[in-house]
Amino acid sequence: MEQRIYRKSSKDGFFTLMRASIRDLFSSNFIALQFAKRDIKAQYRQSYLGLLWLFITPVANAAIWMVLKNSGTIAISDTGMPYPVYAFSGTLLWSILVESINAPTQSTNASRTILSKINFPKEALILSGVYKLVFNSSVKILLLFVLVFVLGVGFNWSLLMFPIAVLGLVLFGTAIGLFLTPLGLLYNDISRLVSMGLSLLMYLTPVVYGIPKSGIMRVMMVYNPFTPLLTTLRALLVGQHPPFLEYFLILIFIGGILLLFSLTIYRLAIPIIVERISA
Amino acid sequence: MAGEVLVKVEGLSKKFCKDLKTSLWYGVKDLFFRFQNDEKEGQLRPKEFWAVKDVSFELRRGECLGLIGHNGAGKSTLLKILNGLINPDEGQVTMNGRVGALIELGAGFNPILTGRENIYNNAAILGFTRKEIDDKIHEIIEFSEIEEFIDMPVQNYSSGMKVRLGFSIAAQMKPDILIIDEVLAVGDVAFRLKCLNKISKLLDSSAVIFVSHSMPQIFRIANEVLVMSSGKAICKTNDIGLGIDQYYNLVKKSKVSVSGGQNVSLLKFTGETVEASANFGETLDLSHGQDIRFKLTFQKHVDIDSLHLQIIIWNPELVPVIDIIGNGGKGYILDCSENSNPEVEVNIPNLYLNTGKHAVTIIVYSGDMMTPYLRVDNALTISVKSHFPSGSNIIFPAKWKTL
Repeated sequence: MEQRIYRKSSKDGFFTLMRASIRDLFSSNFIALQFAKRDIKAQYRQSYLGLLWLFITPVANAAIWMVLKNSGTIAISDTGMPYPVYAFSGTLLWSILVESINAPTQSTNASRTILSKINFPKEALILSGVYKLVFNSSVKILLLFVLVFVLGVGFNWSLLMFPIAVLGLVLFGTAIGLFLTPLGLLYNDISRLVSMGLSLLMYLTPVVYGIPKSGIMRVMMVYNPFTPLLTTLRALLVGQHPPFLEYFLILIFIGGILLLFSLTIYRLAIPIIVERISA
Repeated sequence: MAGEVLVKVEGLSKKFCKDLKTSLWYGVKDLFFRFQNDEKEGQLRPKEFWAVKDVSFELRRGECLGLIGHNGAGKSTLLKILNGLINPDEGQVTMNGRVGALIELGAGFNPILTGRENIYNNAAILGFTRKEIDDKIHEIIEFSEIEEFIDMPVQNYSSGMKVRLGFSIAAQMKPDILIIDEVLAVGDVAFRLKCLNKISKLLDSSAVIFVSHSMPQIFRIANEVLVMSSGKAICKTNDIGLGIDQYYNLVKKSKVSVSGGQNVSLLKFTGETVEASANFGETLDLSHGQDIRFKLTFQKHVDIDSLHLQIIIWNPELVPVIDIIGNGGKGYILDCSENSNPEVEVNIPNLYLNTGKHAVTIIVYSGDMMTPYLRVDNALTISVKSHFPSGSNIIFPAKWKTL
């Protein structure tokens, strides 16, 4: 018979908790799927434009930059590919990243009522966030593929790697978001800081313009960890050689470790948070 | 299988903080500095209090523990710890077997989705696999009796319908340990009865922890009670009647309250049994089945011919149990045309009330019942002692005969 012991959590070791976390992550697959389906269904049942909302914002963003460039308002140096492809892929990938970072806090916050009433594997909330991201991202990727063909870049074998790399992006974003979630659930300053920080960071990342040849901006953009994520993915999309491939792989590796670490902290944090949030 | 210990609670304590900002900061500290454990056990930090303090008990399969206590006594906190939602600060809980909790039914229902879709979500959260849900969905819908509306969005359900659906899902669990928190306070009578029957069926095969403010329900279901007050377990007993009495003793005596009185006021009021007597506002002890005599003296302030008198006795749960009237289907008519301080005496034989503090209310109308003159609540408290454990308001020893 299954036995559960509840006591002050500081008596358990970190790795015991990590193992339990990973175990629950797998066993909660059905709940996570069910959550994801519930949220996706509910979201689109109450909307007329439905899936279109997935790209309206990034497409509008990209369109603004295209207008700015074509009208000569701003000068953007050569990006090595048709600018529409550059801008669309940039804004769409950026939107996936932002969504991934926000997902863990959002999923947890949306489940306040059940968190304080029902004992279920909390890892399901994170996993369902990933499922929702995968769903949304798949639609976005399809749009990108269509664009790549329409704008004449054509098929490359590296396109097959693209979805896997996007999954890496999603997991990296989730890891960062999950790391911030415990604090973010206690203090809502965190989510304000994150959304402000991300909108500033977009200008330090090659989202709608390339990395300049020199200057302080170049230094910041080269060290910015979001740069390799975006450039590698874009390179795979159009079949170029990724400029920061090693940095990208190291980041994904660090992201994996951060994800495990954050997942464990999350497990520890939930009882402390449930105590302090009202449903 | 029967008889093994399923729930073991040892020296359980939990502290809460009264101030939100401080509480959040303690949360951060607990989370990030948990390995440098410099605070001593059993100590409160500033602005903290013990929500649960040093509670211990054991529960075996087939037993049902009724948890009673006033609002804020720590019952829900204790249940949250037992259910693993929050961690204790001291002590330890060991739960053997599958835990089912009926805490807030239908928590997590999505209003946009249909009843059927919500069954899948809710059941998944409660730990069912997809196959189990597929197998049971028919039974769930049937039990809820809302088949007609099962494909309608839940936002159009009444609160009673949501509870029906929520209970029907939860009732499909086959728990070893069942935690029930006040869920039966909602829903209509027919469904409440159905729920109680379902729970009774689960009683034999599981250990049940049952929180309720309804003492008849406690009587019906529990075979042991734990009375909580300010986080402490003040009484744990197999004598349900004694436990409930302890619980009622926690209630502060209600104050006398008078409304009206411009035309007639109550000058003197006494109650007496063969053994004891008590004046206005005092407490009178009464053994089950004793007679009682009330004496009332009024004072007229205006010219009145007659008064219509009525006395009501309330049980500890403020349910009126006895209405003492006169003959002819109305209250006692007191003729007072000659007297400015009319006096009256009423004898009530064999008060077969159940244990607990009963309140007495005096109601005075004009003789024609057209004008209310006076109402005195808690004019007297009758503290009844009965030796037969029962959840009924009146325990009546009747004449039986074997035929």
